[in-house]
Amino acid sequence: MHNPLRSEADAFRWVVVIGVGSVSVIALTLLTRPVIGVVWMAALIGFGAGVAYRGARGSLPRTVELTRGGDGKHRVLVVANETVGGEVLLDEIRRRCQGRRCEILVVTPALPTSRASHWASDVDEAMELARQRMELSLIAIGELGLKARGEVGDADPNVAMEDALRVFPADEIVISTHPPSRSRWLEHGVVDRAREQIELPIAHVVVDLTVERAV
Amino acid sequence: MESATVALGGHAHEDHHHGPPEANQSSRIDRQTLGILLFIVSEVMLFGAFFASYFFLRVVVHPPTWPPHPYELPVAVAGVNTAILVSSSFTIHYALESIRRGNRNGLKLGLVLTWLLGATFLFIQLNEYVHLGFSARDLAFGSIFYALTGLHGAHVFVGLVLLSIASIRAFRGHFGPKAEDHLGVEVPGIYWHFVDVMWLIVFVTVYIL
Repeated sequence: MHNPLRSEADAFRWVVVIGVGSVSVIALTLLTRPVIGVVWMAALIGFGAGVAYRGARGSLPRTVELTRGGDGKHRVLVVANETVGGEVLLDEIRRRCQGRRCEILVVTPALPTSRASHWASDVDEAMELARQRMELSLIAIGELGLKARGEVGDADPNVAMEDALRVFPADEIVISTHPPSRSRWLEHGVVDRAREQIELPIAHVVVDLTVERAV
Repeated sequence: MESATVALGGHAHEDHHHGPPEANQSSRIDRQTLGILLFIVSEVMLFGAFFASYFFLRVVVHPPTWPPHPYELPVAVAGVNTAILVSSSFTIHYALESIRRGNRNGLKLGLVLTWLLGATFLFIQLNEYVHLGFSARDLAFGSIFYALTGLHGAHVFVGLVLLSIASIRAFRGHFGPKAEDHLGVEVPGIYWHFVDVMWLIVFVTVYIL
């Protein structure tokens, strides 16, 4: 979620929009009847709330500012949650770092257990679970002989990527998800949106944990 | 954002720190701005309670005429006052845009103009109270009218105090173009815009509808 009101400039835009809306309500009321003005005002408030909610979801494409390392290292940003320790993902990381000086940042978004937890900012459990998964994956990556560090990111994977790219000059991104039939990230278009917003090579790895556990 | 690192050998090392956890980077909002936003949320609830009372009196009690006979509201004067207050949003925005570009004179001019417009609004509103011809004791209508507009007027007064502090600091050479160097104007600016928006809603609801 994004805060739709982050600065005075945002607040000013709202003043202008609400001011224009108020003028239309006043004009309609004076030209017709107060009840029509009330209905129009209610419609505008509903529309405004919808726009604010849409803005808060960050669904509009935004350009991510990228930082470049330029020191000869190949940097891979890995974004995964439940699949972060998957063998397929580890194989992909190993393949991409073969014969390179590689630096890896693993970001595990802290996914709230429910919508209520999200709205109540009750993210402690989600962060703890994400941290545990991330640490286990770091150990697994370390066993491959690669250097990695990890972070617990925002609940929105796209925001988590955006955050990470501000401090980690990645050369490519690897996003790991469940298979399409079970992946909420794919359902919400996380990979497509990342490809739309970020001008970096993005690899999508599908990890089927049920198959891996069965083997 | 929590972080951990693994060295080549594969031993996990976690950065423990005491005290509350660091703010999640995704919020990307400074504490002062977050504070004023949370304060505004609480203020919206306060105004909401007053609006609920207003609509209860108007819709549920449903007097034959609104405002009740023989009271009348000076819509034209309030309209001019609304224009004055809304224009002050433009001047505070000008002040902030100026300091963002490093224009200190623009900052001072914008702040002073905003203060003057706010003070003018408050003066006209007090003058309106004197000439209205009814008081808060006259029917529930009088009570809710003075409660709503008075509540808003109190917020304008608080805004003027904040603007006074920001103006004094501006004339003393405080504030700079970087975002963290003009929070002392940014935060009152957000509050002032909130006061303007609330007035627009009060004006449309009480004077127009």
